[in-house]
Amino acid sequence: MHERERIGREGIGRLGNGGDSLAALRRRVEEIQHAGAPAAGAAWGRLALGAPLDGALGGGLALGALHEVFACDKGNGAAALGFALALAAGTGRPVVWVRQDLAALEGGDLYGPGCAAFGLDPARLILVQGADAADTLAAAEEALHHAVLGLVVVEPWGMPSRLDLTATRRLALRAERSGVPALLLRSAAEPVPSAAATRWLASAAPSGAAGAPAFCLGPPAFALELARNRAGPTGRWIVEWNAHARRFAPAPRRPAAAPPAHRPAASQGPARADGPAPVVVGAFERRAG
Amino acid sequence: MVHTLANARRLHAVDAAAARLGLHPGLTLADAQARVPELQAVEADPAADGALLAAIACWCERWTPFVALAPPYGIVLDITGCAHLFAGEKAMLAAMVARLAAQGFAVQGAVAGTARAALALACWRPGLVAAPGTEGQAVAGLPVAALELDPEAERSLAYLGLATIGDLSGKPRAALAARFGSQIVRRLEEITGAADAPISPLNPLPVYVAERRFAEPMGDEETARIVLADLARELTAVLERHGEGGRRFAAAFFRSDGAVRRVEAGTAAPLRDAARLAGLFRERLSALADPLDPGFGYDVIRLSVTACEPLAATQATFGAAPEEAALSELVDVLSARLGPRRVMCLQPQDSHVPERAAASVPAQKGWAVAGLAAWPAPAAEGAPLPRPPALFAHPEPVETLAEVPDGPPLRFRWRRVLHEVVRAEGPERIAAEWWTGAQALTRDYFRVEDKEGRRFWLYRAGTYGRETSEPRWFLHGLFP
Repeated sequence: MHERERIGREGIGRLGNGGDSLAALRRRVEEIQHAGAPAAGAAWGRLALGAPLDGALGGGLALGALHEVFACDKGNGAAALGFALALAAGTGRPVVWVRQDLAALEGGDLYGPGCAAFGLDPARLILVQGADAADTLAAAEEALHHAVLGLVVVEPWGMPSRLDLTATRRLALRAERSGVPALLLRSAAEPVPSAAATRWLASAAPSGAAGAPAFCLGPPAFALELARNRAGPTGRWIVEWNAHARRFAPAPRRPAAAPPAHRPAASQGPARADGPAPVVVGAFERRAG
Repeated sequence: MVHTLANARRLHAVDAAAARLGLHPGLTLADAQARVPELQAVEADPAADGALLAAIACWCERWTPFVALAPPYGIVLDITGCAHLFAGEKAMLAAMVARLAAQGFAVQGAVAGTARAALALACWRPGLVAAPGTEGQAVAGLPVAALELDPEAERSLAYLGLATIGDLSGKPRAALAARFGSQIVRRLEEITGAADAPISPLNPLPVYVAERRFAEPMGDEETARIVLADLARELTAVLERHGEGGRRFAAAFFRSDGAVRRVEAGTAAPLRDAARLAGLFRERLSALADPLDPGFGYDVIRLSVTACEPLAATQATFGAAPEEAALSELVDVLSARLGPRRVMCLQPQDSHVPERAAASVPAQKGWAVAGLAAWPAPAAEGAPLPRPPALFAHPEPVETLAEVPDGPPLRFRWRRVLHEVVRAEGPERIAAEWWTGAQALTRDYFRVEDKEGRRFWLYRAGTYGRETSEPRWFLHGLFP
């Protein structure tokens, strides 16, 4: 007790000695605070998702940051899963996918031939099964230490109380340190405050293959909403997944019932010259904001 | 102790007091109670007996790593090359018996050249240490029961007046084999030391071992971890000398009160890095469901390699794909924490039945060859996925309404939600693997899309008309 008091007094004395040391301390605190800003995450580079989305993201999804994707409603778990698969396929590097057991029970196991068809090489996938949310988060944090990974997908089930702002901040900090992006995949949850750099809402979009007969299915199609973006505008897109290029492409215009023209929030960022402009925006139902 | 044998309640075991009163195992409970009305009988519990025997065997591993069970009451230790560490066979036996007796067990022991001779001598001549080559004389006076023959053979031997092993060993072997079967000859050779039957060890035999013995029981957990790190350094030095790396490691904590805790850890690639090995066990120990309890303290801590592979010496910084090394380290750490069956990788299988076309195997085993697997190519541009990325382990039954019995459904109900089908492709007919003998039905798979654009992989089990008149529908997977 006595010892601690002495150290405390000395510490205070040192701080109070001069204004310059206090200023240095302030600077240090500022540095620490700024380390969490998206600007630092951007230093790791970006993961290109495809022309329509990259405009709003400033060239792609920031590496070394936490992102999250929610299913728009209960029936759209597969769409959220597909978005995670797309990110995993896009990195082209080993991916650790941490799933809580319940997620596999409710949403199905990841299936090798299906992943391969989607463009994600199953040989580069390490599947980790967490018995509960605590295990899942701990395993994800461990995986985020390893800079060789291209992505860590964290898939807890439901709304575990453990997954609070602090837990997401921990994931974000780990991601920032190693430069590995983390994706929080929440197919059965409502959005809650988190430390994620971007928040996506995914739902399925009807097949819109322009030339194909009306009864044919097209490539995987998504209605994506970038509901939150710390570093830029938000937006909505209807996109198709190109498994060969491992990129999203704007969905071709459907022959019937063209959606009303709508100015996307992303239009302030210039569209890439080589890709098609991100103009096709469909109205779709969404429950949670 | 009582157990039920051939519909009769019989004595299974008796204590010393009961033995003095003339009770013996095999007596019916009714007889025994007639003789000793105040008899206290309890039900025998063979499972608990077995567990206790295994626990004692674990404790015996402090003397030698090769310990085998000889149920119901025996434990065999292979002390080849160990005896000199404990001041000779006689002193070792005496110390072992004394320490077990101090724990409250009634124990008899003997040392001999073969496992069977040692077990027989321990039963009938406890305390004997048979010098090499003298097993034949030592067992000569033992009754033939020591051979553990079947009861019928034993009865006929008694009938012939052959009471001891000495009586038998003089007889011609061919005649014995013709009369009682070849078993008796084999047993005779084993018990006289002429032949040795293999025994199987309780735990995998270590290849290399490092251990620390403490003069006083050591109860501090932090010290135990430091000792483990020291042992890891010793062990990796040995591995390096032999040009090998360990794939499986085991740490054993021998508590002074007899309890032994064994913790195992595996690696995805041969490991020879002391820091990583110590880290692996730190991870493993912190993830134990029931944490290590030092109790009164440990007196022996042992770290052993139970499986190893050649590992060429590598320079730490240059060459040697650092990416692979980092990944196998990650796999090891996660496997140590969550268990090896929770860190998986996917491998393609040679089957056209969807759920058998891919297997998930522990990454520690499969990761090294995962890159060699041939997976199907990505779907063509503009084409739908041929297989769903999410597949249900157990296809989920759905209620459907179809226009024609062998066509795609018009609508279906899955998990209490009704889906209107607007697009459907199929059928893709997948027949059961009749050559495996499985009586499964042919499946017709359809890719369907509902009004909202959600896609499903449905199948109808059984071809309509030929295999079944009321085909059932299942949902097998989800497409994004």
